[in-house]
Amino acid sequence: MTMILSVAVVAALGLGLGWLLGLASQWLGATTDPVVERLTEALPGSQCGQCGYPGCGQAAIALSKGEAPVTLCPPGGRVVAEKLAEILGTTFDPGNLPDRGPLLARVRTDYCIGCSRCIKSCPTDAILGATKQLHVVLEEACIGCGACAEVCPTGGIDLEGIPVTLRNWRWHKPGVGHA
Amino acid sequence: MKIFRFRGGIHPEGNKDPTACHPIARLPLPKRLYIPLQQHIGEPAAPEVKVGDHVLKGQRLARHQGSVSAPVHAPTSGTVIAIGDHMAPHPSGLPVQTITLEPDGEERWVETEPAVDPFSLTRAEVAARVRDAGIVGLGGAAFPAAVKLDAGNRHPIDTLIINGGECEPYLTCDDRLMREGAGYVVEGVRLIANGLGAKRTVIAIEDNKPEALEAMRVAAAAHPGISVLRVPSRYPMGSEKQLVTTVTGREIPAGKLSAEIGVSVHNVGTALAVCRAVRFGKPLVSRVVTVGGGAIRNPRNVVVPIGTPAADLVEFCGGFTVTPTRVLMGGPMMGQVLPGLEAPVVKGTSGIIALTAAEAHAASERACLHCGRCVDVCPVGLVPLELAARVRAGRIDDAAELGMGDCLSCGCCAYVCPAHLPLAHLFNYAKGEIAARREAQRKAEETRKLAEARRLRLAAEAAAKAARRPARTTEKAETES
Amino acid sequence: MTTWTPNRSPVAAPHVHGRANVPQVMRTVLLALLPATATGVWLFGWPALNTVLLAIAGCVAAEAAALAIGRRPVGHTLADGSAVVTGLILALCLPPWAPWWLALLGGVFAIVVGKQVFGGLGQNVLNPAMLARVALLVSFPLEMTAWVAPQPLFSAASPGLVEGLAITFGGGPLPDAVSSATALAPLKLGGDFAAGEALLALALGTVPGSLGETSALALLAGGALLVARRIVPWQIPAALLGTLAVLAALFNQIDPAHYPGPLLHLLGGSAMMCAFFIATDPVGAPVTPLGRAIFGAGIGALIYVIRTWGGYPEGVAFAVLLMNAATPLIDRLVRPRRYGRLRTGAPLPLAPKEDGR
Ligand code: SF4
Ligand code: SF4
Ligand code: SF4
Ligand code: SF4
Repeated sequence: MTMILSVAVVAALGLGLGWLLGLASQWLGATTDPVVERLTEALPGSQCGQCGYPGCGQAAIALSKGEAPVTLCPPGGRVVAEKLAEILGTTFDPGNLPDRGPLLARVRTDYCIGCSRCIKSCPTDAILGATKQLHVVLEEACIGCGACAEVCPTGGIDLEGIPVTLRNWRWHKPGVGHA
Repeated sequence: MKIFRFRGGIHPEGNKDPTACHPIARLPLPKRLYIPLQQHIGEPAAPEVKVGDHVLKGQRLARHQGSVSAPVHAPTSGTVIAIGDHMAPHPSGLPVQTITLEPDGEERWVETEPAVDPFSLTRAEVAARVRDAGIVGLGGAAFPAAVKLDAGNRHPIDTLIINGGECEPYLTCDDRLMREGAGYVVEGVRLIANGLGAKRTVIAIEDNKPEALEAMRVAAAAHPGISVLRVPSRYPMGSEKQLVTTVTGREIPAGKLSAEIGVSVHNVGTALAVCRAVRFGKPLVSRVVTVGGGAIRNPRNVVVPIGTPAADLVEFCGGFTVTPTRVLMGGPMMGQVLPGLEAPVVKGTSGIIALTAAEAHAASERACLHCGRCVDVCPVGLVPLELAARVRAGRIDDAAELGMGDCLSCGCCAYVCPAHLPLAHLFNYAKGEIAARREAQRKAEETRKLAEARRLRLAAEAAAKAARRPARTTEKAETES
Repeated sequence: MTTWTPNRSPVAAPHVHGRANVPQVMRTVLLALLPATATGVWLFGWPALNTVLLAIAGCVAAEAAALAIGRRPVGHTLADGSAVVTGLILALCLPPWAPWWLALLGGVFAIVVGKQVFGGLGQNVLNPAMLARVALLVSFPLEMTAWVAPQPLFSAASPGLVEGLAITFGGGPLPDAVSSATALAPLKLGGDFAAGEALLALALGTVPGSLGETSALALLAGGALLVARRIVPWQIPAALLGTLAVLAALFNQIDPAHYPGPLLHLLGGSAMMCAFFIATDPVGAPVTPLGRAIFGAGIGALIYVIRTWGGYPEGVAFAVLLMNAATPLIDRLVRPRRYGRLRTGAPLPLAPKEDGR
């Protein structure tokens, strides 16, 4: 009798332990692919779309499948590329990597001939100005895609980093270097 | 009077004695003053003077613009020698629009509003004087005081709480102010109470300042509506939410203002500034700053004109005895590192603290022990270790779900963490990230709308063109879109 | 004037820190374990010291190896002292005259399986020392229950230094002293055990049992230090011992002949050790005050159940592991209420005007 009882208690304990561990791992465990998660962690997370993907999450998935180079993220620059390469166990050539953040287009007033080509190329209608007039870029609407700069016949559109001011300055992620 | 307990909190080493024992000193006029146009929460002030203008002490240099803003005034008489970028007292080291003033040494006052019996003024007049004097919360948050007074018109205020907690280590400027100027402080308190129509007023002072408590009790004795309350020394007692709970037992519901539960909180320094503004018509042009920390030779409290570079203060207090590891503006728990000593004192600057390495107790970071001390001390009731793990893993949305937005950035969790994890830094980052994402989200929606508008426009143009086509078959431009 | 160059990278507040750090926490735990360790060595002689050193050596070596293989900073991590603590706690749970391989194996198992496979300190779910204890108990039931009667150092019956080495490393037949039943054995058999003298022996530790678990007083002294220094939260020991005592008292009332009273349960076996040093290991314990109370009460109840109706005389290790596994659930379910919000996370309602306060 005692033996049966003790066997039963230990069995119940074992079952309970197993069940709890199972539950715990289900609740806490990584639901996503760990590599993708690490890649997402390494990306800036600004969802700016300059890599050509809608956001960093999608960029990470593409990276994990080998569909994108580790240098895909312009805002992340070299630091992020190094991290990505480390996670994927690959190497990359840092030589041709531009180190820049999200961009805004700016029309150089002395170059603009008012041809209006840029207006037609802009996917977000971020450029104002009529034919033969000086054109300006609406900072709010520009997504920094660079399409306008490509079509400008005088090379009068520059893509520049968004200036950091006291209003848009943010704390960097500790241990990741800072903006 | 019953005192209520708030959750969590810590007892950091106070280190207040070295500065609390000296009377407030007066700083000789610095050679240059750098007066930022944004010293408050809200819109920056708009300059009203030109380079080369001679201005008098107390003359308005820039007026407020927008509903939440505050004007700035000349801290002394002199010449405007520049209006432009100067290092902001902000950890980023970024510049801010600043008026540079070269004092002429005469300290000539501008014609100020006539002194009046302040209690003959209407509520609106009091609020107007406070706004015109450029008064902001002097405890550090620098929220325009007039806006807070105004909130009293929209919500009935039953309790005015005057914050004499000064729970940050090292800082003693409010302590000295209460000891040396209790009468003026109490008058300012009564003016604020009048302005708000508050039924009762409680001046809350931490029990580690017995002299200030006594001085304030004596000064307030004649006014039955005002009680001086001794509250326990526990950081973050001086935080608005925690102080409201301590005094009233009520909690400010998430996302609401204290005014909505009938409570308004002002700092003692603000009360003094209100007294000066309303009784004497003097704008806010100087403040008391604690210059302390182990690296300062002669730590003490100093009255300084707004705009004085930190370097002048450090020099006045004997310079550094050793190289400090960090020089802070504000207290060590919530203050910010200075990017350089050329950054000026602003209205919200309560202290310049130069810490030595030994005081900081820095240690290298280790893995989280899961010890739960951060949970024990968090005054909000967050679980910092879980937040930190999510922020580290880039799961900002999960962190937001767990209450990241409720974090006060009080730093209690980071203070006690035996693994020395940069918890508060992680949370600053996460909050910035949440704001950035919101901004990005907004911009993305905007972009989508713009793109959609463009699509419609192009379609309409094409349709119009198609309608015209039979007449002009040689049109080339149609290939364009 | 001494000058100052500003930091290039901005650092966030707070700029001062409390004095606590991990190595210091571990040092305090070691200090708190000292009375029990000293009592154990005094009572069981030189072989006990060997066991302690071997278990610690096993843990430290395994940790160093695991870190080196994982290419993590060996020196920096070892310096946190957690491996030493695990080793010592394991040793105190072992039979004092354990053969050398038992202690060493236990140490290695604790670190490798109990800690490093999860990713190191703070990442593990289960208490490493208890995992090793259970593994050893299941694999080597004979060696793990070879108790000796106490023979204080320098007493006639106590083995000398050389003899001690022979006992630990010789692997030969153990002297007669071995294999007396532990004080908890009567818990199962029932009988007359609540005599004052027996309880005194349990308090002092002059009974057969695990190396460092016999002296309730020595453990209590160390535990008091930890609670006073706030190294361990008081909720866990209080809830654990409280639950155990209440259950014992309850059943004792029902049938005193079958169920011993609370004092024996509290003083005997590993209950004290567990309450202050094992259950309080932060890595496997909940982080909220209420969660800790639930955790402690759960362990207390499980200890009673296993001791009274289970197959093993002592259930501490199982109880702790089981509740360790429940910790993530507890932490998830018991979160503190946030300021200005209801328990559900919704903002507090604005009070409908002044209530009758
Ligand atoms: S370019 Fe970089 S930051 Fe922008 S969406 Fe792609 S991965 Fe994210
Ligand atoms: S960079 Fe792209 S979004 Fe910005 S203005 Fe040029 S075309 Fe428009
Ligand atoms: S900084 Fe935030 S999480 Fe940390 S203790 Fe303060 S409120 Fe809690
Ligand atoms: S205080 Fe630090 S080590 Fe302890 S649980 Fe919190 S984050 Fe982890």
